[in-house]
This record gives sequence, C-alpha cells and structure tokens, in this order.
Amino acid sequence: MIQLENLCRHFEVGNQIVRALDEVTLEINKKEYLSIMGVSGSGKSTLLNILGLLDTPTSGDYVLSGINTSKMNDDEMAHIRSTKIGFIFQSFHLIPRLTAAENVEIPMVLSGLNSKERKERADNALARVSLTDRADHRPEQLSGGQRQRVAIARSIVMEPDVLLADEPTGNLDSASSKEIIKLIEELNKGGLTLMLVTHDVEMGSRSDRLIELLDGKIINDKKN
Amino acid sequence: MRFYDLIFLAFSTLVRYPLRTLMLLIATSIGVMAVILLTAVGEGARDYITGQFKDMGTNLLFVVPGKNETSGGMGPVDLAGVAPRDLTVEDAISLRRIEGVKNIAPIVIGETPAQFNGLERSVPIIGTTPSFLAVRNWEMEVGNFLPGVTLDRSPPVCVIGKEVESELFGKNNAIGQWLRVGDRRCRVTGIIGTEGRAIGIDTQKIVVMPVSLATALFNRPSLFRIAVQASNTWEMDQIKKDIIRIIKKRHQGKEDITVIRQDAVMQSFDNIFNVLTMALASIASISLFVAGILIMNVMLVAVSQRQSEIGLLKAIGAKNKQISYLFMTEAIILSGTGAILGLVFGHTITQVLKLAFPTFNFLPPLWASFVSIIVALVSGIVFGLLPARRASKLDPVIALSGNK
Ligand SMILES: Nc1ncnc2c1ncn2[C@@H]1O[C@H](COP(=O)(O)OP(=O)(O)OP(=O)(O)O)[C@@H](O)[C@H]1O
Ligand SMILES: [Mg+2]
Repeated sequence: MIQLENLCRHFEVGNQIVRALDEVTLEINKKEYLSIMGVSGSGKSTLLNILGLLDTPTSGDYVLSGINTSKMNDDEMAHIRSTKIGFIFQSFHLIPRLTAAENVEIPMVLSGLNSKERKERADNALARVSLTDRADHRPEQLSGGQRQRVAIARSIVMEPDVLLADEPTGNLDSASSKEIIKLIEELNKGGLTLMLVTHDVEMGSRSDRLIELLDGKIINDKKN
Repeated sequence: MRFYDLIFLAFSTLVRYPLRTLMLLIATSIGVMAVILLTAVGEGARDYITGQFKDMGTNLLFVVPGKNETSGGMGPVDLAGVAPRDLTVEDAISLRRIEGVKNIAPIVIGETPAQFNGLERSVPIIGTTPSFLAVRNWEMEVGNFLPGVTLDRSPPVCVIGKEVESELFGKNNAIGQWLRVGDRRCRVTGIIGTEGRAIGIDTQKIVVMPVSLATALFNRPSLFRIAVQASNTWEMDQIKKDIIRIIKKRHQGKEDITVIRQDAVMQSFDNIFNVLTMALASIASISLFVAGILIMNVMLVAVSQRQSEIGLLKAIGAKNKQISYLFMTEAIILSGTGAILGLVFGHTITQVLKLAFPTFNFLPPLWASFVSIIVALVSGIVFGLLPARRASKLDPVIALSGNK
C-alpha cells in the first residue's frame, strides 16, 4: 500500500547539504508491522514525517494507496492526514486546556462531525485504551502512560489505515512502555498498518519487519 | 469545522490565559468607551449651543457695528478705512421703513449698581424696546415688559430678573416700586419669567430698561447691536440688503456694519460642532487601532508559544484555513467582546455624567456606537490576519518540534 521510490530529503544548512534521506526505496504492505531503527540523526523521524505527509521529499516518489502524493496540494494532504493516517509522538502533544475526551474529539471537530457522533466515537476510542473513567481529566491530571493512551485514542478515532509512532515510549518508564506497545500491537492485529520508530532493540525485534537507517540510507531490511 | 466548535476552541484558549485576555479586553473597551464619551461631549456641546439659538425667535437678523471682512487682501489701509461709526438708535429707527420687517430691537448692554431701600447690587443692564421680548422668546413671570416704550419714547420703566427681585425687594412686591439704577430711577413694571442666559448674561440677574434710558445712563450713544425680525424667511436676504443700503447711506457711504442671519450662524455652529464631534470620534478611534495593534502583538506571541499545538493540529488533519480561522476567531472574539464592554461602560458613564451635570446634555450619538463597534471589529480582523496567516503557514514538522 506504500511505495517509496528513490526518495530523497535534503536540508540546506548554510552552504552544506544534509541528506536526511538518501535514495530510499521501500515497499510497505497493508497491515504490516514495521520497526524503524537507527542511530540518532539517521533520518528515522524524517522518513516518518514524509510517510505521514507532514513533510515533502526533495525528490523521488511516494505512492500511497496507488496515489502519487507529489501532486497533492496542502488541503489534499491535510485530508489524507485526517482520514488515513494516525500519529503518535514521543511527547504526546495533547492540548493542555482540553479534557481527555475533548482531545480525542479534535480530529473529528476538524472534519466537521456532529457532536453526537463525536461523543460516541470518542467514548469507544477511550474504552479501547481503557481510559473511560478518565474522560473528563485534563492532561496534567494524567500519568505519562495515560497521556500516551489518550494520544493513541485520538490517533485511531478517525479509523485510519496507517499508524505512525515516533518513539512513543521515549518518555515512559518500562511498565508503561510495555502497556503502550501491547496496545498498538493490538491495533495492528485489528488491521492497522503500523510503523514504529524505536531505539529499543527488544521492541524492534517484536515486529514483522525491521529496517535500519544510517545517514539517510536503508542499511538493513529483514523480516523477523 | 463547525462554527460552534470554532468558537469553543477559540474561547477555551481565551479562558486559559485570563490575564492576557483581560488586558486585551480592557484595551479595546477603553477605545470604544473613548469614542462614546468624546462624541457624547461633542454632541452635548452642540446641543447646548444650538439650543441657545433655538430659544430665540425665528427669522432674526443682527446688525453689528464694524465690517467683518472675510475676503482677502485686507491691508492696514483697509483697516483704517473701515473704522466703524457708532450704530445709533436713529439708525434703528431708519430701519422701520423696510418692508417685511416685523420687529426691531436695538440692544445696549452695560453694568451698573441698582439700589432699592438701602440695598444695592451690581446688575447687568440691557437697554432695548418691547420688541426684544418677541425676538428672544422671553416670558414674563408677572407684569408687563417695558409698557409704553418705543424706539423714540423712553418712559422710566424697567423689568427685572428673579434674583434681582428677591435680593433687592425681598418679601416686598417689586411691581410699581421705583428702582434706582446708576443715577437714574425707573419704575419696575414686571419680572422676567424665563431662566437661562442671553448674550452670555443670566436672565435672573438683569435689569432691562428702555434703550434711550440706557444710552443716557452709560452716556454713550452706541448700540451693542440691532436685532431685526423679518415676517418671513424668504424676505430675509432682501431685508439684509436693504439694511446695509440704508445704514451705508446714513454713515456717509461707508459700509461699516455687518448683518448676520441668525439661522446662518446657527448652521455654522452646527457644522463646527459636527466637525468637532467627528474629530473627537476619530481621535478616539485611534485608540481602537492601538488596541488592534496590541491584539496583533499578543497574538503573534501566542502563535510562537503555541507552535507545537499548531503542528499537532496539522498532523491530525487541520487545513491551513482552519488554523487561520481559529486565530481570527480569537481576535474577533477579543475585539468584539471588548467593544461590547466599552459600549456598556461608555453609556453607563454618560448616564452618570448626566446626573452629575444636569445642565449639560451628554448625548452619545447612535452612529458612534455603531462606528466604534465596526472599527473595533475591523481592527480585530485586520490585525488578526497577520498572526493567523503566520500560524497557518507554519511548517508542521518544525512546529511539532517547537516549544510546547
Ligand atoms: N529542518 C531541518 N533542517 C536541517 N536539518 C535537519 C532538519 N530536520 C532534520 N535535519 C537533519 O536531518 C537528519 C535526520 O534527522 P532526523 O530527525 O530524521 O533523525 P532521527 O533519526 O529521527 O534522530 P533521533 O533518533 O535523534 O530522533 C539529522 O542530521 C538532522 O540534523
Ligand atoms: Mg527522531
């Protein structure tokens, strides 16, 4: 469902060119569980951002569900992000002044769903991350693991095809980390294509497939 | 995104930063309040001044000594050439033959001590004829206004204001008493009922006497002015020409008088005060724009403070337009609420001022309320545009990695 063809992402810093991604060619299947590893600065986040249409490649092609994304404008990309892609981040990115339920509702607010449907779907999503009893709590009243679970609920509430997770356990202790990994693996079993950036070798080895980046190039691509 | 949700999201931010929100609301409301208050004062002043004219009779012309040259080229020679001759009672009499003239009231003013029964006070004097009553629209409390007086006959009678009556006569009946005014004596024939001011003098404090008695009292023949009342408005221009022609002839061919139409004066006062009110409103509007700039600054800071939130919204599917609507809505809510608060404060304060200064009628004009609300909203929109644009153009990757 995802094809990357000679994909490059270069940054100009002063007179220097940083090749964050260099001629990456990659095919990812539907429902695949893919881990991305590599040393710091190897291009993992850059790859994930391009996959999530937050960033655009300098050259090369990215085809998503048969559509070449290079011809899309800002609004079309926003629409794909809204309907097909879920994001989770290391630092949760919850809106502090809104409750857990309201945070989960934001993607639906942006796409104009009515409040009845929003409420229903938000309740479902919160139930799936076992946070029904915390729906009215604000982020500051939740633990790190709980916050990440709210973020996961938010990422799946629009029923996307792909879940992109950039070091989702980076700010969590090992118990919470296990919980979160278990949760997103369940989502993958439910049919979601999962791409997980991690530094944890053990975590990486749990996935169907593991790719390793170095200096913007794929140096290793193996099935587990 | 639904309208209600937009409002809710914007509102939740405003509530989240109460101090910031309060400051911006105060800034905007002060701007609107300033517009309301300043226009209320301007309109009040206009109402006060034109009210003074409206109290007078209609179709009035005033003959004033001296030529009021408004055309250019006035050198020192011209100045010397038009040194005015006195305007006299004879001049006033000569105007009687003009067709269409209903009333002629020559006016002399001065000040002198008045005495009765050992009590004395200094009083402003107006010397005139019974026509003055019609010209000024005065009413008598009791008695008659200068009975038997004409332009050429000056029996020793006078009418007095209420304050003169109470101070000099106390409980005695003033009517029929002889009042000593300077070195003359006159019999009081009436009390003026009208309260207010005429030619800048309080009617309650004055003594009015026949014009020739007054010129004799002050020992100078010159009149302060002559009020001429026309029967009809359309005849006024012709009467004005006739007055100038006749007086010019009497003054050895020198045009040394000015004839003013009362309605023209009133109109120009009206215009002056309209301009004044507008000027005050525009000055006050500047403070609205200052408030707008303040909103812009604070919103720009908010955009950089909320970078990661903007990045997140984009990551979960917000279109650039939606981000910009969100910030615009915040700016509009701020300026709109501030404007409404300003209206409430402004109108409350004018009501309080009305109670405190009942003689002065503070009138915040309706347009001021509309204009200030619109200016506040427009400045909110205009100054909200830049922050909103900046927010919507943020690169989501950079924004997400930014401060949280
Ligand atoms: N906006 C940018 N401007 C310039 N250089 C950038 C930018 N974003 C990323 N880079 C560079 O691109 C390279 C890859 O960065 P990226 O964030 O993808 O690394 P990463 O593998 O996610 O690292 P980490 O494990 O530390 O998160 C780095 O050398 C980084 O300095
Ligand atoms: Mg990274």
